[in-house]
Amino acid sequence: MIQRVARDSDVLAGGVLAALGVYILVQATRWEYMGFDGPGPGFFPFWYGLAIVILSLWLVVGRLFRLRRESPGAVDWPGVRRALGTWALFALSVAVMPWLGFVLSFALLTFVLVRWQFGQGLKTAAFTAVGLAVGFYVLFPLALDVPLPAGRLGF
Amino acid sequence: MEVLAGLAYGFGIALQPMNLLWCLLGCVLGTLVGIMPGLGPAAAIAMLMPISFNMDPTGGIIMLAGIYYGAKYGGSTTSILLNIPGEASSVASCIDGYQMAKRGRAGAALGIAAIASFVAGTFGVVLLTLVAPPIARFALSFSSPEYFALLSLGLALVVLFAGESPIKAALAMLLGLWFTSIGIDLFSAQARFTFGQTALLNGIDFMIVAIGVFAVAEVLGSVQARTDAQLLSVPRGIRNLLPNWEELKACRFALVNGSITGFLVGVLPGAGSSISSFIAYAFEKLFSKHPERFGQGAPEGLAAPEAANNADTSGALVPMLTLGLPGGGTTAILLSALVLWGLKPGPMLMQDSPNVFWGLVASMYIGNLMLLLLNLPLVPLFAQALRIPAYVLFPMILGISVVGVFGVAQSIFHVGLLAGFGLLGYAMARLGFPGAPLILGFVLGDGMERALRQSLQMSGGDLGILVSRPIAAGLLVAAVLVLIMPLVGRFNRWRLRGIAENG
Repeated sequence: MIQRVARDSDVLAGGVLAALGVYILVQATRWEYMGFDGPGPGFFPFWYGLAIVILSLWLVVGRLFRLRRESPGAVDWPGVRRALGTWALFALSVAVMPWLGFVLSFALLTFVLVRWQFGQGLKTAAFTAVGLAVGFYVLFPLALDVPLPAGRLGF
Repeated sequence: MEVLAGLAYGFGIALQPMNLLWCLLGCVLGTLVGIMPGLGPAAAIAMLMPISFNMDPTGGIIMLAGIYYGAKYGGSTTSILLNIPGEASSVASCIDGYQMAKRGRAGAALGIAAIASFVAGTFGVVLLTLVAPPIARFALSFSSPEYFALLSLGLALVVLFAGESPIKAALAMLLGLWFTSIGIDLFSAQARFTFGQTALLNGIDFMIVAIGVFAVAEVLGSVQARTDAQLLSVPRGIRNLLPNWEELKACRFALVNGSITGFLVGVLPGAGSSISSFIAYAFEKLFSKHPERFGQGAPEGLAAPEAANNADTSGALVPMLTLGLPGGGTTAILLSALVLWGLKPGPMLMQDSPNVFWGLVASMYIGNLMLLLLNLPLVPLFAQALRIPAYVLFPMILGISVVGVFGVAQSIFHVGLLAGFGLLGYAMARLGFPGAPLILGFVLGDGMERALRQSLQMSGGDLGILVSRPIAAGLLVAAVLVLIMPLVGRFNRWRLRGIAENG
């Protein structure tokens, strides 16, 4: 039962949000709550921080009561892994952008996504990656004068 | 008279060649966005906002609004041909639309969807034209306490309607309030929640949150769901896209029902077009002489939700344009676009920027006509967009998201924030937390805090000011009632269960 509680998504989300609410409350109490000319910077965060703590605890307690009656829904773990893998690749491509620039990091991201996340062949992956990267470069900086993040190579 | 004069002035603006072009572009993009599952109008508008910054505000809002209502037209195509809703508001259209297509009436189904969208869309714009001026005039008497109360009511309604769990919706909204607090407090110059990052002193740009929570999160959600579906063929030639007389006759009450229901539900903040389309469908079935035909390909079962989700867009624009109160994620983005152009959405918009207000309203009449003319003969062409492979579409959306954020913030740090908000949006969707309340909390939070603090400055810190003014008190009482309603319902269900178990 304890394992089931610890793995329940509502309980986890409620716990994280309660911790965030406590952090907001602690921060808010460090700032002025009410001054001579009205509420200070701590006034509004104090109240929504308190609301976050109360509601997230409510979410957790409500879920604990329901856990006895309801069985947890099935999670599509392969799908979640695919989505999180895509996000990790996207985040990595953003992280290397200051060095490689948008065009190269986006081409690499597209290649990896098409090849491994979507299971396409090498040629399709390469063609899509190059085509999209060149397309973006032609459309945004050249045609629309919208800047793209540049890397050490200057593009 | 004032309305007719305003409308004539608006048509003078909307009929200018450039504005006609922006309207057409918005409608075409909207139709394509609506057709493609995994790409909603909120994400598309958020991604295109940075590009529209250099445009004239009137042309810009005409184009962005065209995407908004154009997506409602396009959404039905995917529902009918693939049994997959192009966007959330087209879920109800799958029920009878796909059944009609399977029975060989795909052309008629697409025709009914286009006609219902046109009739209800135009009906909605007529109502928007008529009700917006008096509401804006009434709201001119509002001061800070009334604004605080109005925003509280708006957020309470969003919490009530968004998603299955009001607690999760409220938490998402509060998270939005937190994100909007990040940065320098303009009253006291105190840095709040910046984690020592100078890049956060100016706060987080709305577009980073919107693009992350809608566009990036939608890509991740679609990558997880990865489904292969069989596209039904689209009949070519306009004659094959027109419904027969019996089908049109069956739809006549559905058009009226959907138009009225859609507009009224659209006005309510947070209700959203998926709710309006299901309510219209339920009404149609409830009052039908042949309810058994619903789900088997009844034309009226398609016309009612399609009419509702189109009338809903005009309804949703009423509080946004007249009160500065967006009712959903897409209208929140449109509102932010107006703010970024230096305009003030709300009761003063009609007076300060009549070209934008009346130009937009008039363009919606033209846009609805354009969409009808585009959708009937060109639907087979638009349907080809469904053949764009996911492995091309999704990297493209990620790329446009990066370009959009970098175009505004000019910093890789903010592109990193985009990735963070994308993950947050995906996690929220998986855990059942709706994204729209977060966006609305973010958009309205700043104004809400300012209105509250100004109210308390006016009263010397006395909260009584919020209940001593009749309009503010009435709105706050309504907000409290809205928040209590789910609790009363829950208590009632618990009481009935107890009675049933005991005897």
